[in-house]
Amino acid sequence: MKHAVLCCCLFVSLLAVAVPLPAQAPASTTPASASSPAGSSDASKELNDKLAQLDQKVAAAQSAGDNAWMLTSAALVLMMTGPGLALFYGGLVRRKNTLAIMMQSFAMMGLITVLWAICGYSLAFGGDGKFIGDLSHVFLRGVGVAPNADYSATIPQLTFMVYQLMFAVITPALITGATAERMKFSGTVLFMTLWFFVVYVPLAHMVWGKGGLLNAAGGKFPCLDFAGGTVVHITSGVSALVCALYMGKRVGFPKQPMPPHSLVLSFIGACLLWVGWFGFNAGSALAAGGLASSAFVATHFGAAAAAFGWSVAEWFKNGKASALGAISGAVAGLVAITPAAGFVRPMPALVIGLIAGVFCYLMVTKVKALFGYDDALDAFGVHGAGGTIGALLTGVFAQAIVNPIFGDGKPVGARDGNWGQVGNQLIGVLFSWGFALVGTIVILKITDLITGFRVTEEHEVEGLDITQHGEEAYYLES
Amino acid sequence: MMKLEAIIQPSRFESVKDALREAGIEGMTVTEVRGHGRQKGHTEVYRGREYTVDLLPKIKLEMVLPDKLVNTVVDTILKTAKTGKIGDGKIFLSRVEEAIRIRNEERGESAL
Repeated sequence: MKHAVLCCCLFVSLLAVAVPLPAQAPASTTPASASSPAGSSDASKELNDKLAQLDQKVAAAQSAGDNAWMLTSAALVLMMTGPGLALFYGGLVRRKNTLAIMMQSFAMMGLITVLWAICGYSLAFGGDGKFIGDLSHVFLRGVGVAPNADYSATIPQLTFMVYQLMFAVITPALITGATAERMKFSGTVLFMTLWFFVVYVPLAHMVWGKGGLLNAAGGKFPCLDFAGGTVVHITSGVSALVCALYMGKRVGFPKQPMPPHSLVLSFIGACLLWVGWFGFNAGSALAAGGLASSAFVATHFGAAAAAFGWSVAEWFKNGKASALGAISGAVAGLVAITPAAGFVRPMPALVIGLIAGVFCYLMVTKVKALFGYDDALDAFGVHGAGGTIGALLTGVFAQAIVNPIFGDGKPVGARDGNWGQVGNQLIGVLFSWGFALVGTIVILKITDLITGFRVTEEHEVEGLDITQHGEEAYYLES
Repeated sequence: MMKLEAIIQPSRFESVKDALREAGIEGMTVTEVRGHGRQKGHTEVYRGREYTVDLLPKIKLEMVLPDKLVNTVVDTILKTAKTGKIGDGKIFLSRVEEAIRIRNEERGESAL
């Protein structure tokens, strides 16, 4: 009797909590079953079966909702690389290098996908090592429709795997902005392969992987990184700077004018990046719940505020707000809000965006000119700088009310009174900087020895489209 | 026969073309060109990098005219292409020895 009543209570409460819409109809029948003589074991068993069925249905309904959003998000993140980033970068280079830079992004969609399937996913998300995963999922062994409860209990592991893959695809592609207009295609392929294994995979595991050193939930130095401020943007941005310094300037830089050949392409690319970023950040909730909404709103606000910040700074300096400035600002804001998206409320998101817009504007215009490095398309100035400022500000503005990641009632960021989190963020930032720096230098040396890294001066002047790929972006005579 | 080359402001091109058609001119060759005379260029700024653009876009009209039409055409262009600001362009005239229509090998002014 007691058991049956308990079951009934559970049944009713489950209906009320989990399936609010259809709850009314079945709920009206439950009092009848409760008031009927429920002592018989038949009735109890029947109820248990029904309860189990209902449990399954509730789980299936949640999984369907979450999975729909996560598959959409995965597609959105892929769209960020191609065509988003490819167009954004493609428009910024000179006409003779358009296809080459687009191809460098597109090649990652092929190359990294293959590496991910073979062992990348396993090394990033298998096992519970401190620094790197294991080989339990090589060739995607054991990755099926059953969820991986370590990461996302409500979606098929296949979805989680393919979603994370899209991040691994875009991260190396970001680096090509710094090496644009002078990097060999063979060198790109080799460098990116090595970079994926030496820098991306270990850091992805350390920050997001179970047992990872910097994992927010249980790591030694819990670093908050909702969607990849450290793993994606600091690693790619810092590596981009190292590559630009190692490679040297483009022939003719900075005397010869090298204006973007089509800001229209860049404009379309930047807008696609903005839209795709909703999948990047809101998808990082790994579910379609309130946290996704929170991250979605923060993402949008961060981008808008940064576009505003950059434009205003530029207006003050040059007397004009340029289209290139506005779209660059938006991307800088998206970068900066990435680690914070699932931890901050909308107003702090505006503040983060505004700071990032002005900060990245100064990095790209002042700091770059001061040191004279040729970060051709400002991969460091936007992703390295924006990722760093965003990661630090995450420690300031993160709030338990948005995401109680350290447990119920425990403060998260400085706004909750936990100033120590800013220190943890700093450790995460410094670690990512150092890791990307050292890893990239080693890989550069190896790449230079095997395939070479930079095209000959003659090829650089002729353009990479013809010399690397044997084709032209714009064949005007036809 | 005279060859007339006129470098004009792109913004004036449509008016010039219409006026020439009204004046009875049937053919012309038009090229988009870049160049500069006394007009200074402008500066463009891309992410803080400043470029001085000193070659400005212009339109070049070329036509070969029978002698009797030269003055009309020059007057028409002067009237319609002028904005009064620096950068309005120039007109060059030169003698042409021969004109040949490819289709039927007509020669001289009747080939124009």
